[in-house]
Amino acid sequence: MTTASVSLSHSLAAPGVPKRVCGTTGLGVCFDAQRFIKFNAVTGIVFLLLGGIAALLLALTRWQTVHLLSAEWFYRILTFHGINMLILWILFFEVAILYFACTTPLNARLFSRKVAWASFGMMFVGAVMVDYVILAGQADVMMTSYLPLLAHPLFYLGIILVAVGTLVGVFNFFATLYVAKRDGAYTGSMPLVTYGATAAAIIAVVTLLHGAIVMIPTFTYSMGWTPQPDPAWYRLIWWGLGHQSQQVNVCAMVAVWYLISNVTVGARPINEAVCRTAFVLYVLFINLASAHHLLVDPGVGATWKIWNTSYAMYLAVLASMIHGFTVPAGVEVAMREKGYTAGLFGWVAALPWKNPAFSAATLSVLIFGFIGGITGVTLGTQQINIIAHNTLRIPGHFHATVVGGTTLAFMGLAYYVIPLIFQRDFIGRGWARVQPWLFATGITLLSFGMSFAGSMGVSRRSWDIDAQGIYGPAAHLWLGFVGLGGILAFAGLLIFVLLCVGTLLFGKKIEHRAMADWGTPPALAGTTPGSLAHDHYATKGTIVLTLLFLACFAVYYFANWKALADVWPVR
Amino acid sequence: MSLRPLTTPWFHAPAGHEKLWLGLALLWCFVMSLMMPYWHFRGKQNSTGEAYTVKPADFLARTEKFVAANRVGTFKNPVAANAMVQELPIAEPPPGGDAYIIGRMWQWWPALRLRQGETYRLHLSALDLQHGFSLQPLNMNFHVLPGYDHVLTITPTSKGEFTIVCNEFCGIGHHAMTGKIFVE
Repeated sequence: MTTASVSLSHSLAAPGVPKRVCGTTGLGVCFDAQRFIKFNAVTGIVFLLLGGIAALLLALTRWQTVHLLSAEWFYRILTFHGINMLILWILFFEVAILYFACTTPLNARLFSRKVAWASFGMMFVGAVMVDYVILAGQADVMMTSYLPLLAHPLFYLGIILVAVGTLVGVFNFFATLYVAKRDGAYTGSMPLVTYGATAAAIIAVVTLLHGAIVMIPTFTYSMGWTPQPDPAWYRLIWWGLGHQSQQVNVCAMVAVWYLISNVTVGARPINEAVCRTAFVLYVLFINLASAHHLLVDPGVGATWKIWNTSYAMYLAVLASMIHGFTVPAGVEVAMREKGYTAGLFGWVAALPWKNPAFSAATLSVLIFGFIGGITGVTLGTQQINIIAHNTLRIPGHFHATVVGGTTLAFMGLAYYVIPLIFQRDFIGRGWARVQPWLFATGITLLSFGMSFAGSMGVSRRSWDIDAQGIYGPAAHLWLGFVGLGGILAFAGLLIFVLLCVGTLLFGKKIEHRAMADWGTPPALAGTTPGSLAHDHYATKGTIVLTLLFLACFAVYYFANWKALADVWPVR
Repeated sequence: MSLRPLTTPWFHAPAGHEKLWLGLALLWCFVMSLMMPYWHFRGKQNSTGEAYTVKPADFLARTEKFVAANRVGTFKNPVAANAMVQELPIAEPPPGGDAYIIGRMWQWWPALRLRQGETYRLHLSALDLQHGFSLQPLNMNFHVLPGYDHVLTITPTSKGEFTIVCNEFCGIGHHAMTGKIFVE
């Protein structure tokens, strides 16, 4: 505080700092941060729409009865879909989340507008470059671009630009944390949401460095300047980017779960120490997740595979299981404190199911945990991977984590971000209440279809399954579910995008008033907030739900060992 | 609350339901991590990643030699939709011996005839791009890289006709890249 003069202070409380006070929450909003939250979130949603259109085309092609695209365009659109969804949509939206998490909750001003411009500019130019090269037919290499497959140099250059731009944005985040602390913008420890975002940012740095290490020599190879990198080395390092970036998503998604449960039902973490430790576990134990893609690869031995499968005892899985308890537990305690105390699940019936942010976050928790988490840990078990690698079981897993989990949670967040940051009330509120349910239903169907088709041996990234002449009606039926699920999920996505864009253009302006309420459960008469703060047995419903989860997990896990035991002996 | 800085001390030891869940989750993580070493020693299906570096041309020469010495017939593909693999030589390695399969755009070459209950050292490598060795309908999957001789020590325990599908993207003909293993 003593080192900075008042005019240079990054505290929002300092005079002369461009800001406003939110009419809904009473919190300060930094204008610089607000501008770049807008840019990044809207750009992210545009890429989400592009990736979504691609998704629909792919689902309608893998549905063998429809078989829409030609082989050439199927692989082109599949590359486009992967890049737009897993990289562009997620990274742009995550930078928006980071800018929010380091300013408003800390009552701080964004470190630098110029750095934010540089970040956004590089990301945007890189993104346009990659998308153009793909659609021009110069990069039919899938998102993973496994060597010796080779794309046009601009493909790699675009990805490098997006990665470096994101790193610059992450730098702005860390710098804001620093100046906020230095200038005394807040007192005490940073809030849990910011803490989770910080964990995500740390993993992002490690992730993007992997991206640089693998993409730069691949780019120079594509230019003819250097020899071809080794394909096995490429896989190892590329997945340090490809898989870890999904852990950034997990971290950001969990932070959003805490945020939405707090905003919609007033939930608070039942034990900050446990929640924060779980985020640290992500940071410490996620870094060799790339091994999950190399479990049936040549050249890496059993010891390496087993150790890196469980990276020190599945402690990152433990972290997710902790959040899977503490998030609903926080909601249950908040609801019981409000007076909804009937039985084990009386509080569940009183939850604001028509609030789209709440339903999106809750469905995100359920789909991520029950489908994505269980399948992910099981398929990523060293030996079980033999009956799963590169089959449709793999996208069946990650559509439940990245789409049903992360994307759905981010959609839920948008139902508050747009009114609070863009200051316009949502149009089509009835549609908004239905949207998360429609999207979640579609993704669940799609994920089931992929998983079961994959169990029957149908491979991922394949235009057609009839050329082999070995897949029966059941496999075709499950691919039909992929098509149907894809249509429903796309409808949900389209409604989301139309509502967001429509609101930005036509939504009723909010000036100095609270946003229209999506619905929150009122506290019943005679109750006091915090009354259960010291009751460690108030989470009866949550513990029953999590025990049910553990039972499902164990059944699925051991059923897969049984299936593995039935195939030919191999070593 | 999750959105505002914490000004109160935040460390509390886990208690009650939370402690119970932490204990159970940790125990489950223990079980899962021990299953893999257990299966490595006691289970029969493992991916040990045994591999040797090899030049694609050398692997091709070895495979051609193997086919010339062990050819027992010809496989003609009856699937009309599959124009990529119309004909493959069938080779039968001696029990306990080495067998070779090449992955290339867009076939697994040659086809093999194996004996039930015998053990073989199956060498897999790619000549051009990365390929995915996916044995159907068993659904056993292994990755195949150019430059690496991936050795699977494998024991067919069921009879019949098995199809090798490619499950790593390898260009426009990828979906039709197939091969055959017959077990008698």
